[in-house]
Amino acid sequence: MTGSVGAPAERREGREKVGGTARYAAEFHDPGRAQAWPVSARVARGRVTGVDTADALAVPGVLAVLSHENAPRLAEPDDPTLAVLQNPRVPHRGWFVALVVAETLEAARAGAAAVRVTYDAEAHDVVLTASHPGVYVPEEASGGQPAVREQGDPDGAFGSSAARVDVAYRVPPLHNHPMEPHTSTARWEDGRLLVHTSSQGTGAVRVVLAKLFDLPEERIVVTAEHVGGGFGSKGTPRPDVVLAAMAARETGRPVTVALPRRCLPAVAGHRAPTLHRLRLGADEDGRLTALVHEVTTHTSRIKEYVEHAAVPARVMYAAPHRRTVHRVAALDVPSPSWMRAPGQAPGMYALESAMDELAGELGMDPIELRVRNEPDVEPDSGKPFSSRHLIDCLREGSRRFGWDGRDPRPGTRRDGPLLLGTGVAAATYPVMVSPSTAAARALRDGTFLVRTNATDIGTGARTVLAQVGADALGVPLERVRIEVGSTELPSAPLAGDSSGTASWGWAVHDACDRLARRLAEHTGPLPEEGLDARADTKGVADAESDFARHAFGAHFAEVAVDTVTGEVRVGRLLGVYAAGRILNARTARSQFVGGMTMGLGMALTEGSTMDAAFGDFTESDLASYHVPVHADIAEIEAHWLDEEDSRLNPMGSKGIGEIGIVGTPAAIGNAVHHATGVRLRELPLTPDRVLSGLLDRRA
Amino acid sequence: MKEFAYVRAGSVEEATSAFASHPGSRYLGGGTNLVDLMKLGVETPATLIDVTRLPLDTIDELPDGALRVGATVRNSDLAAHPLVRDRYPALSQALLAGASGQLRNAATTGGNLLQRTRCPYFQDLSKPCNKREPGSGCGARDGVHRDHAVLGHSAHCIATNPSDMAVALAALDGRVELDGPEGARSVEAVDFHRLPGDRPEQDTEIRPGELITGVVLPAATAGLPSAYRKARDRASYSFALASVAVVLRLEGGVVGHAGLAFGALAHRPWRARRAEEALLGAAPTRAAFEHAVELELSEAQPLRDNAYKVPLARNLAVDVLTRLTDTALTGRAS
Repeated sequence: MTGSVGAPAERREGREKVGGTARYAAEFHDPGRAQAWPVSARVARGRVTGVDTADALAVPGVLAVLSHENAPRLAEPDDPTLAVLQNPRVPHRGWFVALVVAETLEAARAGAAAVRVTYDAEAHDVVLTASHPGVYVPEEASGGQPAVREQGDPDGAFGSSAARVDVAYRVPPLHNHPMEPHTSTARWEDGRLLVHTSSQGTGAVRVVLAKLFDLPEERIVVTAEHVGGGFGSKGTPRPDVVLAAMAARETGRPVTVALPRRCLPAVAGHRAPTLHRLRLGADEDGRLTALVHEVTTHTSRIKEYVEHAAVPARVMYAAPHRRTVHRVAALDVPSPSWMRAPGQAPGMYALESAMDELAGELGMDPIELRVRNEPDVEPDSGKPFSSRHLIDCLREGSRRFGWDGRDPRPGTRRDGPLLLGTGVAAATYPVMVSPSTAAARALRDGTFLVRTNATDIGTGARTVLAQVGADALGVPLERVRIEVGSTELPSAPLAGDSSGTASWGWAVHDACDRLARRLAEHTGPLPEEGLDARADTKGVADAESDFARHAFGAHFAEVAVDTVTGEVRVGRLLGVYAAGRILNARTARSQFVGGMTMGLGMALTEGSTMDAAFGDFTESDLASYHVPVHADIAEIEAHWLDEEDSRLNPMGSKGIGEIGIVGTPAAIGNAVHHATGVRLRELPLTPDRVLSGLLDRRA
Repeated sequence: MKEFAYVRAGSVEEATSAFASHPGSRYLGGGTNLVDLMKLGVETPATLIDVTRLPLDTIDELPDGALRVGATVRNSDLAAHPLVRDRYPALSQALLAGASGQLRNAATTGGNLLQRTRCPYFQDLSKPCNKREPGSGCGARDGVHRDHAVLGHSAHCIATNPSDMAVALAALDGRVELDGPEGARSVEAVDFHRLPGDRPEQDTEIRPGELITGVVLPAATAGLPSAYRKARDRASYSFALASVAVVLRLEGGVVGHAGLAFGALAHRPWRARRAEEALLGAAPTRAAFEHAVELELSEAQPLRDNAYKVPLARNLAVDVLTRLTDTALTGRAS
């Protein structure tokens, strides 16, 4: 090993990105490239009865208007949200009912405004309540998780517990809103389909296009050279790529479909709202006797996606009697989907808030409560942990944050009009890994070329994979070149589920390791074309583990709540993580800090409002959907422990893309309670809610 | 796209006559709102008359001690101007509380006054809005309206005016100078914006073809203690949930002058005349402030989901009045 892994290597594409030369999916200006603009359904439920395209086609520059009346028929996709323009049904407001293709973006937009669509509208139902009559227990929650798990007698144990917490929390719908909207440029060339797309995984895009357009995969090339964020919303192919391929075929032109920001809330997924009921029972010493986490959420009429928010309760704490349940209602709403730390982010907000409430009931320090409930094995599965350093994270965080000596009394620290408080919460995210392939080549000039269809969605994947390769080869980092982001490269899974680096890195490691051995055996000059090695981790990376594998972390927050306005400002946010070996200190820090910032948004500023009358989300731009801005972030720190775990992958790494968001909302919410004495159980903690809580308390 | 003509005016006269000869014209300032609305299809001008090159980009002291701000002075420049910071701190603070640095660099004084509401129904062509399309109805009244008006709204419209700057101008007794086909005139800033009534499509008292040429800050409020405070969902780049601009002069231990205006509560900056009357001659105590502000807000008519605005506005006003009093009494900010 030469020690590239772990070093704070700079992002390889950083200069291109800040210089504006990195090309994104809309920036492939093939000759004759046309632009397209979608037409969104204006009813929340019903059928299209007519599409009058005369005015649209009369707009100068408009080339075509596609709708279910004339669009090419596609094979049925596994994901119903991709069956665009195939039938007149409108499953939710914002569903695409037509696409206008034109010479320019402006002409396409004007054309879209001129399409006259008539509907047969039906009454819609978009409001989720825990008692909604349509609520049912699904076969499974998302991620293939069992919908229900139960051990012992949770109701009986809860009823006879010395200390009890029985509380309800609500997490609103949230949107990923990556900076780059979902975008694809497609062209057909000699029966081949060539696509540039903004996706977290081009392999899956190719599979879907092959099926929809009935093409062999080898006649499709999908590239995603640079991706301006995804946060899960680009983890599956989206309508833009289907529409672009369709429109390119119909017009015989390259076509770019860059979804307008206002369309994203309806067609690019969202984190479904979750209604949580938590019941925690404990003995006088704070040992949990019963843990019940029940989640009610919504899905759309066309696709069942069940936010698996009760799943972390199966991992976190020892409790002999336990139940975790997911329930869902199918409503006339846009289809929910993956969003950073799906399941864990909303689930841990509720669980870690309830743990804080239990600590209050018991008069116990919240860190000590977690120490007392540290399990020996994974509570739900009974498997031993491959490594679990939650308590170490809490202790290290406590030391760095200055938690010791904290006055636990809520609502007692004042600085003029400000109420001050601190909060803590645990975090967890499962270790995920998928099979991947990679190729490595030694060239005569002494450099190496590593190739794998990883996707760099802004995380620094290129850089980290080069580090892994350099160490496996035993050469300096600058001698390793890397190619990612195309289906022309050795196949690899998506950038998602915090699994990318582990999956691709494993294959890169193995390919480079193999190449190093070949080189060791090789004598004389290298052949003209260099020397190759390949690796495929199928059967290895996806082998069932005897161990429960998760990353853990601890989040600490210090807040000031303004009693004049109800505004919450986070003065300090600190995270400590045990996530295996950290492969690049610089990009890892960005991942953690980015996750924590997104968690701050989830706690304080972000939320999408379902408009009951119209059936859509009200916030449709970045002026109204409030992601945190720089001014919202004061001190923010991410630290990690040196965690050794040989039961993961050759690098010894756990995923780090998501855990940063997981504990942050509860840490902030708990700090707000500590500051004010008011327990607010619905996110986000905007001034209207906080001020109302303060006034209610005073009254 | 809907094609439009573009005319660059070199003088006020050129601008107003271009407007008269081009039906369906709009004056273009920084474009930070108008161009967005054009992209959304809310605004569909036939002609844009660019007024940013007009010689209205200076801030000048007038003989009587007033300050005239040209209509094309950028928000950033106005906020940073030494005389504004020194004599009208509420205005500088209000400007800096608005939008983002990039937007403030582009936005003009005149354009700021003419920006439209950010009501989501106004911006969405697929939904009813009496302001955008008179007679189509109001989607917000029974819809999502946490951010909407609690004062002065009508059955036709519950939108709020989004400007921070305008709130400070209202409190500071600023005037808006206009020029147009019928000649130059000026109106009190506080009267420039309207309540919606049954004509919500009409945001202001501006007449067809009139151009804002400048804003005058009077000598009377120059140098008085003043401040602006805004509550919002995030620390920057978000519109007010409620805001307040206060100008206060103490005389002999009592309130000699009070200018108090609220933002984000109504279709226009809400000058709190009843509160001001109650304050005049009163001792500057917290109780007096609370009494006066509650008197003003007693006429609030909150909607289903925005009742929080009333205590929020009360708190903001009492807080700023208290701080200004401390400043006035001690000579330094508390």
